[in-house]
Order: sequence, then structure tokens, then C-alpha cells
Amino acid sequence: MSFSDKIREQYQDQLRQIQDAGIFKQERFIHSSQAADIEVEFPEGSSLQRVINMCSNNYLGLSSHPDVLKAAHEGLDHRGYGMSSVRFICGTQDIHHELERKVTEFLGTEATILFPSCMDANTGVFEAVLTDQDVMISDRLVHASIIDGIRLAPAQHDTFKHSNMDHLEKKLQLHVDKRFKLVITDGVFSMDGDTAKLAEMADLCEKYDAMLFLDDSHSSGFIGKTGRGTHERCGVMGRVDIITTTFGKALGGASGGCVSGRKEIVELCRQKARPYLFSNTIAPVVVSGVLKVLEILSQSTERRDKLEKNAEFWRRGLTEAGFVLKEGDTPIVPVMLFNAKLSQDISRDLYTEGIYAIGFFFPVVPQGQARIRTQISAGHEQHHLEKALEAFIKVGKKYDILGKTKQEIIAQYGM
Amino acid sequence: MEDIKDIVLEYVKEEYLEDEDEELTYETPLISGGIVDSFSMVSLKRFLETKYSISIPDEKATPEAFDSVSKIAVLVREIAG
Ligand SMILES: Cc1ncc(COP(=O)(O)O)c(C=O)c1O
Repeated sequence: MSFSDKIREQYQDQLRQIQDAGIFKQERFIHSSQAADIEVEFPEGSSLQRVINMCSNNYLGLSSHPDVLKAAHEGLDHRGYGMSSVRFICGTQDIHHELERKVTEFLGTEATILFPSCMDANTGVFEAVLTDQDVMISDRLVHASIIDGIRLAPAQHDTFKHSNMDHLEKKLQLHVDKRFKLVITDGVFSMDGDTAKLAEMADLCEKYDAMLFLDDSHSSGFIGKTGRGTHERCGVMGRVDIITTTFGKALGGASGGCVSGRKEIVELCRQKARPYLFSNTIAPVVVSGVLKVLEILSQSTERRDKLEKNAEFWRRGLTEAGFVLKEGDTPIVPVMLFNAKLSQDISRDLYTEGIYAIGFFFPVVPQGQARIRTQISAGHEQHHLEKALEAFIKVGKKYDILGKTKQEIIAQYGM
Repeated sequence: MEDIKDIVLEYVKEEYLEDEDEELTYETPLISGGIVDSFSMVSLKRFLETKYSISIPDEKATPEAFDSVSKIAVLVREIAG
């Protein structure tokens, strides 16, 4: 036996340390489809509780949309369950190719390549297109998957202060001597819900002859007038060289991601990106579902318009109730509590009130910036939002934080 | 020669603090205190290497060795010889 007691004890020790630090993650089992109303078993073994989901990335409410389900069923019937192959051997169907074309059209780019996930897109793309002559300059708050991708790439690396354009410009000047410069940002930042200054970034990139990379996972489908993403909203369609995004959030929520952008870059990914070469791509069922999602979104902006209204209502309601929010105008609305334990206590009390919203604290967010991140969906109806608001106010009163400033909350509960 | 500590302190303030009036001393924990994340440490390393014409081997550029301005100064002196 190679898994000796000594090894086991060491691992148990490590797990205990995570528990002691109060950052042990526990899953909650959902016994229903993903939607505004869900049935949850938590803790394990307890009876099911019906709660309103305020923390999913199901921004457009398409995860269980009947037309998407129907399309997925048809995909299953006509193209089968699995491919049992990576793309370049015998794992590419006509619908994979079709989805690549449809995504290209939707995002307004030159070409697209699918990846098993956006995590895979981000971990594969930099290594495939950059060399040690090049530099990647990333915003300090980019998603973890981009950080992993940067780590895997041979290019040099630097960072700039979050959304700080002066600092970015300094970095571009510092690296004038590099062959290629790639500026890297998220479109909407998932923890704060703020939006990248993409127009200014595109201008800076032009001025310093740099390429621009955008991860639009928390924007694709609903940010911008017709939901094309942050580049639409900031008026820089066609000026972003590489866009990565996921089909695991607004765009149906199942799984899969892509790299979309300049056609040479996409082609180089097809030749060299390791997660594309060595892992099966998106299953036919999911491809069929995403195709339907893009069709729905191309026909009407109804869902993203409703999402925008819902988010406005929610943000206004919380503000008027006296909560401290992170500023922004996306469906990600972080309720700031600063203290980690307070965020856990409030999350638990909300759950008792039938509201499912999770507390985030260090190291997921910076120290002293604990919060409950709420995420609004087009799947929420007015009554969901009103009930959730009522619950937030009730719990807010209990902890006496309504109308309090950041300093007052910290004075009361500590960082 | 201006003290290494002051030069490094100035750089860390400008490079990492959002608000340059924030308090920062030679001993403030940089990485364990969440001011510099280990990922963004690269620019600090590059700054030291350029400024002092040294090369800091990866095994010495640990989050522990970079955890305060004082520790960084020790490291630089050690490598610069
Ligand atoms: C900004 C960002 N990029 C990438 C991903 C990864 O997406 P996927 O689930 O497709 O791997 C996420 C998901 O958490 C994300 O928030």
C-alpha cells in the first residue's frame, strides 16, 4: 500500500488547516433545474428548502429555457451523446463548425475556436500565440484562469493597478522594446461588477502598438445594447484582438468556451493550443443548446433589457434601504460587509429567510472587503426581487447595518 | 548611497498602493498582508534587478523573501554581495 498512514495524516492536517482558517468550501445540493426558484439540500441530509437563487451566473435565465432544452434534445437525437475524440482526430461535427461561425458573427470578430471551457481557452491561448520576446500586461484583478494561462506562457509578464490607465500607460512605455505587447483584462470583473475602461485601453493599445485581450465571460449575451459584450458597450467592436468567453454563464450555462478574434490567432490556437489539442471539445447536446441561445439573442434584446431593468431595481432597492454597495451598473451587485464573519452570518440568515446568496471573503476578495455578491437574472420576476429585498432589509436591521457607512460597519464588526 | 530600503519603499508605494498616502513601513507585510499579490511580484523583482544590476534566481524570489521592504533589502544586499 503506497498511501501510507503518514501520507494520509499529512493530507488530513492540510484539510484541517483549511477548516481552521474558516475557508473550507462545502457544496449545497440543488435538487431542481437551475432557475430563480430552486430546491436546496443544505447541510447534507437536511430536508429540501425552496429558496430564491441570488448567486448564479444565469444572467439571461436561459439555463432551463424550454427552447434551449428542446434544441439540446434534438442535438442529442441527431448528433448523439459523445464524440470519443479530440477535435482534430474525429471529434469535429458540422455543428461545432457552425457554432464557431455563429459566435464569430455574434461577437463581431474574424474567427472563433471552441474550447472545452473558458478556463481552457484562457490557459491555452497565451502559450499558443506568444514567445519569450513578448510581454503580457494584465490588470491585477483578472480571473484566476487568466493567471494560470499567463503562468504557462513563455512570454514575460507585468501587471497594472486595477483599471488604472496611467499605470497601464507607464507599463506600455516600460515594455516598448518587446516584440509583441498584449494587454489583458476582464470585461466585467466578477467580484466587483465593474466594467473595464475598454475604449481607453483600445486607444492606448493603438498608441503603443499593443494587442488587446478581453475575457468577456461575465458580459457576453447582455452587456451592450444588443448584448454582444463589453466591446459593444464601450464602442470598440472590431478593435479587440482576442476575446475569450464562456457558454457556462449567460449563454445557456452548460459548459464550454472559446477564443474569438483575429483569424491568424485563432488558427494558431487550432494548431498549438494544448487544451484544444488534448481534450474533448463541447458535447453535441451542448453545442445544439448554445446555437439556440445565440439564435434567441440575435432575434430580440428582450431578455437583456429585462435583466437591465431588474438590476436597476435591485441596486436602487438596496441603496435606498441603506446598504453599502460596490458602485457599478452590471447585474453583479456586491453588498459590502467588510468583516468575513459578518458576511457568513448574514448569508446564513438570508438562507433561513429563503434567499440563497453567498458571502465572499479573503482570499477570494482582498482582506477587509468581505461581501455578499448578489447576481441578478432575467429569470427573476418582480416578486422574487421584492421578496429578496424584504429579506435583506430584515437581516440588515437585525445586524444594525442599514444606513451605516463603511467606517461605521467596520467600527462595529471589525475588518 | 541612498538606502536600499527607502528606494524599495518608494517603489512599492507607487507600484502597489492605490492611495499613496496609505501607511507603509519597512516592516509592513507585503505579500502575507495582501498589498502585493505573489503574481504581481514580478514587477518588483524586475525593478530590483534593473536598479541594482543583479539577477535574482527564482528560488530566492520567494513570497517569504519579498514579504517586507526590510527583507527585500537583505536579499538585495546578499545577492549584490
Ligand atoms: C472571468 C472568467 N473567465 C473564465 C471563467 C471560466 O469559465 P468556464 O466555466 O467556462 O471554465 C470564469 C468562470 O468562473 C470567469 O468568471
